[in-house]
Amino acid sequence: MAGSSLMDTLFQRTLDDLIKGLRLQLIGESAFISKAMDEIRREIKSTDPQTKSTALQKLSYLSSLHGIDMNWAAFHVVEVMSSSRFAQKKIGYHAASQSFHEATPVLLLITNQLRKDLTSTNEFEVSLALDCLSKFATVDLARDLTPEIFTLLSSTKVFVRKKAIGVVLRVFGKYPDAVRVCFKRLVENLESSDPRILSAVVGVFCELASQDPRSYLPLAPEFYRILADSKNNWVLIKVLKIFKNLAPLEPRLARKIVEPITEHMRRTGAKSLLFECIRTVVTSLSDFETAVRLAVEKTREFLVDDDPNLKYLGLHALSILVPKHSWAVLENKEVVIKSLSDVDPNVKLESLRLVMAMVSDNNVTEICRVLVNLALKSDPEFCNEILGSILATCGENVYEIIIDFDWYVSLLGEMSRIPYCRKGEEIENQLVDIGMRVKDARPTLVMVGRDLLIDPALLGNPFMDRILSAAAWVSGEYVQFSGKPFELLEALLQPRSNLLPPSVRAVYVQSAFKVTIFCLNSYIQEQNIDSSSYVDTLVENGSESISARECQDASALASCDASDQFEQVEVFNPRGSNQPTKVTFAENDRETLTRVQTCTSASLEDNSSSLGSIVELLNFIQFSLGPLTWSHDVELLERSRNLLNFIELIRKQIPDGLNEKDGSAEMELAEISKIVELILDAFSDDFGPISINAQERVPIPEGLILKENLDDLKMICSDIEVSEGSYSFGNSLYEEKVDSSILSQQIQQESESLNATTSLLSEHRKRHGMYYLPSDKTDDASNDYPPANELKVQDILDDDAAHLVKLAERSLALKKKSTSAKPRPVVVRLDEGDELPVTRKKPQLNDEQLSDAVRDVLVGSDARPTSSQTNQSSKPSGRRKGKEKQNADNLLESKENLGNVEEQSSNMVDTSLRRTHRHHEKDAKQESPEKNSEKKDQTHKKGKRTSSQRHGRHKAKQSGDTSLPVASQTVIPDFLL
Amino acid sequence: MGIRFILMVNKQGQTRLAQYYENLTLEERRALEGEIVRKCLARNEQQCSFVEHRNYKIVYRRYASLFFLVGVDNDENELAILEFIHLLVETMDRHFGNVCELDIMFHLEKAHFMLEEMVMNGCIVETSKSNILSPIQLMEKSS
Repeated sequence: MAGSSLMDTLFQRTLDDLIKGLRLQLIGESAFISKAMDEIRREIKSTDPQTKSTALQKLSYLSSLHGIDMNWAAFHVVEVMSSSRFAQKKIGYHAASQSFHEATPVLLLITNQLRKDLTSTNEFEVSLALDCLSKFATVDLARDLTPEIFTLLSSTKVFVRKKAIGVVLRVFGKYPDAVRVCFKRLVENLESSDPRILSAVVGVFCELASQDPRSYLPLAPEFYRILADSKNNWVLIKVLKIFKNLAPLEPRLARKIVEPITEHMRRTGAKSLLFECIRTVVTSLSDFETAVRLAVEKTREFLVDDDPNLKYLGLHALSILVPKHSWAVLENKEVVIKSLSDVDPNVKLESLRLVMAMVSDNNVTEICRVLVNLALKSDPEFCNEILGSILATCGENVYEIIIDFDWYVSLLGEMSRIPYCRKGEEIENQLVDIGMRVKDARPTLVMVGRDLLIDPALLGNPFMDRILSAAAWVSGEYVQFSGKPFELLEALLQPRSNLLPPSVRAVYVQSAFKVTIFCLNSYIQEQNIDSSSYVDTLVENGSESISARECQDASALASCDASDQFEQVEVFNPRGSNQPTKVTFAENDRETLTRVQTCTSASLEDNSSSLGSIVELLNFIQFSLGPLTWSHDVELLERSRNLLNFIELIRKQIPDGLNEKDGSAEMELAEISKIVELILDAFSDDFGPISINAQERVPIPEGLILKENLDDLKMICSDIEVSEGSYSFGNSLYEEKVDSSILSQQIQQESESLNATTSLLSEHRKRHGMYYLPSDKTDDASNDYPPANELKVQDILDDDAAHLVKLAERSLALKKKSTSAKPRPVVVRLDEGDELPVTRKKPQLNDEQLSDAVRDVLVGSDARPTSSQTNQSSKPSGRRKGKEKQNADNLLESKENLGNVEEQSSNMVDTSLRRTHRHHEKDAKQESPEKNSEKKDQTHKKGKRTSSQRHGRHKAKQSGDTSLPVASQTVIPDFLL
Repeated sequence: MGIRFILMVNKQGQTRLAQYYENLTLEERRALEGEIVRKCLARNEQQCSFVEHRNYKIVYRRYASLFFLVGVDNDENELAILEFIHLLVETMDRHFGNVCELDIMFHLEKAHFMLEEMVMNGCIVETSKSNILSPIQLMEKSS
């Protein structure tokens, strides 16, 4: 053992050797690394500190660049950290800062080591310890080392003090009570003349203020001084960030800082500072007209700059301004629209957001037109961004900005035809949703749905499925608005619909059912209207009927043809009972089918009211749905069987030939109408939108015990789980019965497996690409229709942009013009929000504790006593005094607070002044003399400044006034305001 | 937090330096680096240097064969971060003399120390080149 360790020491590879070896290795990187790791594992156990530290150095190199786990070496890291030689200690600390995190168990062991290094006379050792602490300080470490950090905060060595300030941020976050100890010294550092200290301390306050700005309002004067005096742009940017958070809380502060900020904006040459000024103005000072004017002017300079970075930021600044100052965008609309066709996708996206933010109810039509045209020409990704943002904006708040729903519905139709459209789900939701909510839009909706359904080219595209499903549902549900239900039926049952997934096809079949019922019903209605004359001339009717029959000859022929075909099918099908053969069947017979279709459509079109046409209709449905009765998808199977059985039922009532006596036909008509009415009733209920929390409002019926033991159910479920493995059919049946959500899950699974197969296919193609014809479409040969929308040849970009600008010129102008003659239709809205209630995120307990502590120190009162009292329990016992003090404080406050409330806000400043005095008196009683004197100094300093300006004015009030501000209110010393 | 991580990646997408200011597991780091590198290296000169990724922004800049990528919170000043990157490069340039990828590879620890001087807890604390370098030079002398 000793020998091997000596060998290791003598022939150890250094880090440089390792890196060189890694670059020149011939055995492959991972093999080389695993070999090196074997060495390291051996060397790191060595007793020689030099060998050990070198091994650790190599390990941390591999860990940080090659993702090698080094958690196993944590204890070795601690050992190297405690080395007495600086070079080794450095390696140890570096490894620790790379690999340790809060959950590392050995952190418990290093407290004393860190304390020793923090108090070391070697400033580099101190800085190593501080750097490490800033990375992984835990609650325990922060608590135990707070005294050392407190000492370092006033170190004479700037190098150390700067780092101590940086660590404070982490320590405060972990252990809020450290604020009571360190905060004052931290604040003192704000007055430091050393730029390094200042930059560090401002950075810390910038972070603290972004978490809880209100607590730091009292420090505003210090920040203001830095804003006015500092020449360092880095510091100025940080201070501006602080003010960005503070200004909205205190209008007087905002008024005060506008002047220096505009001054910086005018003077500075640094773009970063300029941008920070702009951002501060547009976010927090948007009420100050002149400042905003100047900011917009500067933003414009950014926008027209060639640098894409500045352009992006300019757009970003504008988008912050939109809600309050839309004129700023209007002034720059040309640039914004041009940016929509920028080379940089990020710039495009930003300008798209900006344009969408400008949309209102009187320009939505024009903007959407421009954008849809743009979407047609852009790359797939941006195209879908555009579509997504149009859908989101228009659908916002239950279609708030849409007035002309006919237009919007046609836009949806148009959008779904864009070749790159991948927003099927959203479009589906909106089509159905509009159908349910907006009665007046239904006719157009059905028309749009029809246009989508009859287009065979759309069927092959998997991204269209969801939209087609919505179109089918809409046209089935609102078929009464359709002019040509027969045409609709044909579209729903067209042979190419076998390209659709079963779930969508099931919707198709169900819609076909609804349309059939509608057709039958309207036929019966017509017959009934005629019936008065009909009954009277019952006998003479023979000739008429015959003539009608003659008229029907052609169609009868067709129907005959159809039924012939059907019989063929019947014979054919039992053989082809599994899926693939079925598909081929459909493919083979497509030709004949389309022939039938054309025949029937030709005959059906005109005489929809005749019995013959109804018979034909039934034949057609039977013929098209025949194959589906062997479907493996339960949903589809059930639905098509429903429809087919219904047709059987009707068919029984219809005389076989038309040459039967009319009297019986009349009787049968009554029978049919009974059945039809029955089913029509079932379909007649209107669907409406449902509030998301509707379920909650359903009262629980008496006697229902929801928390009953569900063991029985579990047994049943386990039964089913068993059967799941044995035969799949039972499983899917069960699913259908139990819940549609399970069904949808299943569908999802199916689509996932579909995706898996397509990815397999594409992988296969990639490998054997040379055997395939070059094609960018993955669609197979079945999709032989031309795409719905030919991509326009890409015009020259500039040309496009110019055209775009011209188009948008009008659209962005916010002139009030009467957009449409007709009023906005009623949109059904539920009383309660349709959207999910947004739960506001609660601030974390730790943050709360931190801000409480800060307020404690700054304002001298406890803002939220409850939370800090719960916090007290974890405090060491030495802090008891503080608790008592707080309680006493609260007691006093609650007594005094009974008084006048109205004057509180107006007298906020001077009352607080008195309160700090009062507080400080109490301190004298309870706190240690040393601390007390510190506090006294602070309060006196502030007090003096305040009273020097306001004293005279408020003297009288002060004497008589006993009110106190609300505990949570904070105070800015008066001299600033 | 401000800065969340600093990465140096070469043109081939190999990481040359990685410094994180939030705790991520090795797997998370690998995934993150892969995503970011794919996103940023695909962009060209005419495009802006800011990329939105997940819930934060990446500010990047290319120097010769090396990409400097800095992940920052959304309200961080992008232009200042660009200046920070430039400062980092200038600092390394002054120390190594015409810095190149190899310098960073062989002196990774030093590069980390420079970063430690400049950034603490994700905040930029030091922006003067001589102040950043003086402790490093002193340490070199002493050891």
